[in-house]
Amino acid sequence: MISMKINGVSRQFHGDPDMPLLWYVRDELGLTGTKFGCGAALCGACTMHVDGEAVRSCVTAVSEADGSEVTTIEGLDAEGNHPVQRAWRAHNVPQCGYCQSGQIMSAAALLNENPDPSDEEIVDGMAGNICRCGTYQRIFAAVRTAAQEV
Amino acid sequence: MLGVQNISRRTFLKSAGVTGALVLGANVTTGSMIGTARGQSNGSSVKPNLFVEIADDGTVTITCSRSEMGQGVRTGIPMILADEMEADWQRVKIWQAPGDETKYDPAGKDAQNTDGSRSTRHHFDVMRELGAAGRYVLEQAAAKKWGVDASEVYAKDHRLYHTGTGQWFDFGEVVDAAADIAVPTGDAAPRLKDQSQWKYIGRDMPVVDNYDMSTGGATYGADISVPGMKIAVVARPPVYRGKAKSFDATEALKVQGVEQVIEIPALSDAMPAQFRALGGIAVIGTNTWSVMEGRDRLVIEWEDGPNVRHDSGTYNDELMASARAGGLVIRDRGNVDEALGSAAQVMEAEYFVPYFIHTPMEPPVALVDATQMPVKIVSSTQAPNETRQYVAEALGIEKTDVECQVTLLGGGFGRKSKPDFACEAAILSANIGAPVRVQWTREDEIRHGYYHAASAHTLKAGLVEEGNVTAWHHSGAWPSLISLWNPVQRTGHPLEFGLGLIDTPYNQVPNIRIENGETDAMIRVGWYRSVNNIQHAFAMNCFANELAEAAGRHPVEFLLELIGDADVMDLTADGVEGHWNYGDAIEDWPIMPKRLSNVLRVVAEKSGYGKSLPAGHGLGVACHRSFHSYVGCAVHVVVREDGSLHIPQVDMAIDCGRYVNPEGVRKQMEGAAIYGHSVAMHGQITTTQGAVDQSNFHDYTITRMDDAPLDVRVHIVEDYTHLRPCGVGEPGVPPYTPALVNAIYQATGKRIRRLPIGDQLESA
Ligand code: FES
Ligand code: FES
Repeated sequence: MISMKINGVSRQFHGDPDMPLLWYVRDELGLTGTKFGCGAALCGACTMHVDGEAVRSCVTAVSEADGSEVTTIEGLDAEGNHPVQRAWRAHNVPQCGYCQSGQIMSAAALLNENPDPSDEEIVDGMAGNICRCGTYQRIFAAVRTAAQEV
Repeated sequence: MLGVQNISRRTFLKSAGVTGALVLGANVTTGSMIGTARGQSNGSSVKPNLFVEIADDGTVTITCSRSEMGQGVRTGIPMILADEMEADWQRVKIWQAPGDETKYDPAGKDAQNTDGSRSTRHHFDVMRELGAAGRYVLEQAAAKKWGVDASEVYAKDHRLYHTGTGQWFDFGEVVDAAADIAVPTGDAAPRLKDQSQWKYIGRDMPVVDNYDMSTGGATYGADISVPGMKIAVVARPPVYRGKAKSFDATEALKVQGVEQVIEIPALSDAMPAQFRALGGIAVIGTNTWSVMEGRDRLVIEWEDGPNVRHDSGTYNDELMASARAGGLVIRDRGNVDEALGSAAQVMEAEYFVPYFIHTPMEPPVALVDATQMPVKIVSSTQAPNETRQYVAEALGIEKTDVECQVTLLGGGFGRKSKPDFACEAAILSANIGAPVRVQWTREDEIRHGYYHAASAHTLKAGLVEEGNVTAWHHSGAWPSLISLWNPVQRTGHPLEFGLGLIDTPYNQVPNIRIENGETDAMIRVGWYRSVNNIQHAFAMNCFANELAEAAGRHPVEFLLELIGDADVMDLTADGVEGHWNYGDAIEDWPIMPKRLSNVLRVVAEKSGYGKSLPAGHGLGVACHRSFHSYVGCAVHVVVREDGSLHIPQVDMAIDCGRYVNPEGVRKQMEGAAIYGHSVAMHGQITTTQGAVDQSNFHDYTITRMDDAPLDVRVHIVEDYTHLRPCGVGEPGVPPYTPALVNAIYQATGKRIRRLPIGDQLESA
């Protein structure tokens, strides 16, 4: 049996330990804020935090998160008011919105590790997340804004 | 065109906890122009189109009947109605309409199909009428309550004021008195606000889904589950119109969570592909990962069929040969051969653009419950009524027995206009007797899509001594998207000619000939954001830049001379008949060279075109009309020693006529530059023995933040805002690539004539 805390709630998982966290969270727990984009760690749509670190949950087996604290977009802030989320709204970032859970989770982890990133560090830190609608200009600006607050 | 009816007594839009509500809808009397356009039968019944509800707590619920895929339609269209009604945006809610064109297509133009960048232009007038009707009814109701003449009452900011006393009611307070008030039509129809009174139209508005999209609360196609639902993935034939000969599911069925493996029969050869399910082997179970694992363990023998000869290596050469041969003359002005014969210099160049695939961030997904009537679909679709139609066909039932709920779309770009994936879910649901969600993986989306047509172009021009162009000849060849309906289609279709080719805007050139060569379609071809405009804008803007250089002329001045400043370019004067003008009347949305010249001048000025740049830097421009809008683009590029690029600045000028949400326009232009950057740098689908070679983002590259332009400056041109609204979602993409390619030439002296740019600069 595998146990973990997801957004502060203790969970036990009895299924195949190889199942990626993404599908456990989406299909078994019904937390659908985390998205599927590629299934191969290429797009970042599925980004979650495991013990505070950004991971691509589509390639992270449930077994790898055994005993960990997992945070999904739903758990980032109870009111949805994490500085990154507020900055996202202030810059009116989303177009279709589908990539944005992953973008926000990547940005939050980036700022957690490096509260004062340079422009290059923002670009490097966010380059793993694809936005097909092309909102990078606003994502970049929003990360800068959020950095002033965290 | 339509009357607005007060239908409060009906209960289509019941809000929880609200005791009374005023509901307004538009009447479409069957047999009217609108009904006829949809092919409906006779009869005098009245069909309500429900667009606004005012609850007695004052909440205004506005219907969005178009699909939101990032273009901001759930904000822009309701803004028009709210403005006209004098509603307070803070108290407006949006309700997403299901697919039902008899109710939710008030303009009667496109059956809720959200594509062609047409939502605003087809809904601007009707949303204003519906908003004005709402305001009218509320004003009348307030007058009734006060016992005064309605001329003494006016609506403002969600309140109804009495001019004499300054007394006011909140909108919600008059709902009880509003139910019986009829909305007059014709000359007595409620007056529209004067433009000077607009409070939302033309002002920046954040999108209504911002909060949900920043908290994981926004609902997309795969986010809705129903009791008893199964999840399926499908193994599809690698070659277009191939079939499964045999399969062995033994290993697949051993995967925990896999329950069944069943075949979706191949579509009969006699049936054109259209948006139908083409067949495959479906693995069905309880968890998306389980069925993906199960699919990997299937052993399938495929029969490839004739399209196995589709090999990019040879097909691309065939396309170029076909472009050289031309054949079908679609526009012929003056005498090109004579002008070329007498030219001082004849220039020729060939351009090639490969297949692309949409890659919306959300892969296709649909949930269908075919276990009961009506059949219920939940899908992130651009075309809910075509989804109903194709699902009905797949199940052998009537379209009226199928319902389609529309979620948010995680991007569409044309892919989600084509409901083959919903047909798969319907067939499986009917077969196993449970609701089924079919999930496409990224590999499925890239390998089994509807591809943007690859195309080859040969261009020829005659220059005289003074450096003027006297002849322009463009011949293009591509597999036609009409092949979806007519598999033996070998030429293009007026619908494709109209995408920036037949309307080549170089109106000052006295001799113009445009031709189309023949080719087979051996893959599903389908529209993609901006469609054929991408290759047409690329070829003609790059060739014009080559000509400017040959003539020793300033590229911007040269291009402005080719286009000219005529009010209107009349294609009928060149003998063109049946010009497809994005489905709209040419009188309403003419081709206006002066507007194209204008956006070019704006970007040239804003970008500082002509300023001296350091070595390795280049500034390029291009401009293009598409979806009735005019976009000029200037790209500043830095080409590094190793051939890699950096884009410090992009300027985009758009004249889209009347616009609703300028913030939305800016976002579309920013996104278009980045979409265009993917097209220019990376976009390429190839085939080997009929099968698509690419499979995921490692070999089908999409621009990321580290190669994206991050300083896109958008200039909305307002000189012509008296004109009708034009498209915004697509017109930004086509001019980006030629502007970049022209910039690269200035920086390096290297001409790119074949997309993608990829590593072509590494050897520069
Ligand atoms: S879905 Fe996990 S990185 Fe793309
Ligand atoms: S907002 Fe659509 S993919 Fe990023």
